[in-house]
Amino acid sequence: MTRREGSAFTGMRVVFFKELADLLSGSRMRFLEALVVLTALGTAYAAIQNIKNTVGEDPFLFLRLFTTAKDPLPSFVAFLGFLVPLLAIALGFDAVNGEFQRRTLGRILSQPIYRDVLLFGKFLAGLTTLAMVLTATWLFVTGLGILLTGLAPSGEEVARSLIYLVAAVAYGGVWLALSMLFSTLFKNPATSALATIAVWLFFTVFWGMIAGLLAPALSPVRYGFPDEVLRQAQVELALSRISPTTLYAEATLAILRPEVRALGPVLPLQLQGMVLGTPLPLSQSLLLIWPQFSGLIAASVILFVLAYVIFQRQEIRA
Amino acid sequence: MMTAIHTEHLTKRYGSVVAVRDLNLVVEEGEVFGILGPNGSGKTTTILMLLGLTEPSEGRVSVLGRDPVREPLAIKRRVGYLPDTVGFYEDLTGRENLRYTAALNGLPPRQREAKIEELLATMGLTDAADRPVRTYSRGMKQRLGLADVLLKEPELVILDEPTLGLDPQAAHEFLSMIRQLKGQGMTVILSSHLLHQVQAICDRVGLFKKGEMALVGSVQELAQRVLGGAYRIRLRVIGNIPTERLQKLPGVSRVHRSGEVVTVEAERDLRPELVRAIVEADGDLLEVGLEETTLDEVYRTYYGEVSDDAA
Ligand SMILES: Nc1ncnc2c1ncn2[C@@H]1O[C@H](COP(=O)(O)OP(=O)(O)OP(=O)(O)O)[C@@H](O)[C@H]1O
Ligand SMILES: [Mg+2]
Repeated sequence: MTRREGSAFTGMRVVFFKELADLLSGSRMRFLEALVVLTALGTAYAAIQNIKNTVGEDPFLFLRLFTTAKDPLPSFVAFLGFLVPLLAIALGFDAVNGEFQRRTLGRILSQPIYRDVLLFGKFLAGLTTLAMVLTATWLFVTGLGILLTGLAPSGEEVARSLIYLVAAVAYGGVWLALSMLFSTLFKNPATSALATIAVWLFFTVFWGMIAGLLAPALSPVRYGFPDEVLRQAQVELALSRISPTTLYAEATLAILRPEVRALGPVLPLQLQGMVLGTPLPLSQSLLLIWPQFSGLIAASVILFVLAYVIFQRQEIRA
Repeated sequence: MMTAIHTEHLTKRYGSVVAVRDLNLVVEEGEVFGILGPNGSGKTTTILMLLGLTEPSEGRVSVLGRDPVREPLAIKRRVGYLPDTVGFYEDLTGRENLRYTAALNGLPPRQREAKIEELLATMGLTDAADRPVRTYSRGMKQRLGLADVLLKEPELVILDEPTLGLDPQAAHEFLSMIRQLKGQGMTVILSSHLLHQVQAICDRVGLFKKGEMALVGSVQELAQRVLGGAYRIRLRVIGNIPTERLQKLPGVSRVHRSGEVVTVEAERDLRPELVRAIVEADGDLLEVGLEETTLDEVYRTYYGEVSDDAA
């Protein structure tokens, strides 16, 4: 076992700020910002048109700003469901192979830093950039909502929308980690970008269908008993939760719609004693999304560790 | 004197390819050591192992008394490395690139700027310092690379083909800089294909051949081993040429004659003895000269023999 000397994070700060500056000043950032602002503007405006009629009836009117869709525009959260992965992929797809291509890696790694510091500094810089863009978007939508509806959000609404923001960043973290993993795996940035987008498409578009097909095979309904049907539904749900997209959608749903009491199939027994339609307190909603949230974080960690292991064994010469 | 680099049975395999085989290398502190060899003979691989940038398959390495695999940071703080293909962040200026390196080495900001300015000036990059590296020529990047290496004030520098892409003037300046560094007590290891440069600055050279360092020593010693004689004496004689007699002189390893020019390879400077022998044999001596053996000759002879062996 080789023991490491010195601080494990020597140079971490330096790498982080350099990478952050690179990302923020790069031209891809201009493009992403424009995309996000347009999205925020479009969806918030459409949502406001829709919810203006219901003012006064809804205690969580402000949160509807994020979740209301108006044809042909999807809701803000649905839009971000697409944009966050795209952003994350754009921020990470050339993290490592870009260094190989510029031939900077040998020079940088001969400075007194560990390889993982370089990787982790890049990841943190990507995540911070993502968080900054999303926070700006959130402020933009919130401000727009206050201006156009003339309503101030309640404390709980602000808290819930901020938690949503954190979940969106965590969701982005998964795709950032995946794009960085592919950027260590593939020597060509175009390949790594395409590979990440392919995985994203797979989980967003196809995984739901596959889970729907797999569940009956894994847990068939033979005699039509209710528990068989329930088990099949549970299997399908468990399968679909492999996809980070599902986790994000569930977390979003539960935190932004306080009336959601459970995620997945609900038994009549569980509904006993509940008044349907009454909103859950914030702490209960939080508890509800906790597994989804941890799942997103765990996925990022696993992907990052994989990238780290591969990067650690990689030859310096491309 | 301390040992800067010491390797024992150092071996690197890439699958079935043996890039470096059983390397035993000792470089003393303050020495300028040249690594020579044809393409693919294992020079870069050796350098990467010295820095801990690639892990040896077998054997041990010690650089400045430490093991690069176990204590990489301690070594990287004290060793400067110029890769064979040096690259920079193209959107950053030369100065900004150097700043990043300086920060990674933990140089305090105030000291940093002065040091960067000084090195940029030494490398003749002051005018280009605030232009993005994208706009640099090949040679300018190479100069920036050298500035980058010296930034951390290393005790040992390892340079992989440092004069690649430098114009003759810059290459010359670079050589005198290396001498200056040596004067300050820095140990230098460099690989190069430009033999006259290596000969001009290296105290010792190692010849690599298919992953093995087959020969090592000063140019003089290598000439002795490879050419058979370290001294080459050229004589122009008319009249009687006592080839037989010259051959028998102690210290002579070879006598070659073409027309009136006689070339004698010897272990020592045998000019007086040769002149005496010719005069005694009634030869008319027109010219005597000592030819300096060049590394170029050693190299061509040595690797010529190697490829003859292979054929
Ligand atoms: N990552 C790698 N995978 C497989 N083989 C490699 C790898 N890197 C180097 N080699 C092989 O190792 C051998 C030594 O290569 P090395 O780069 O050390 O040569 P070199 O002496 O520096 O050559 P040059 O003069 O061209 O720079 C070569 O046969 C090369 O093909
Ligand atoms: Mg090489």
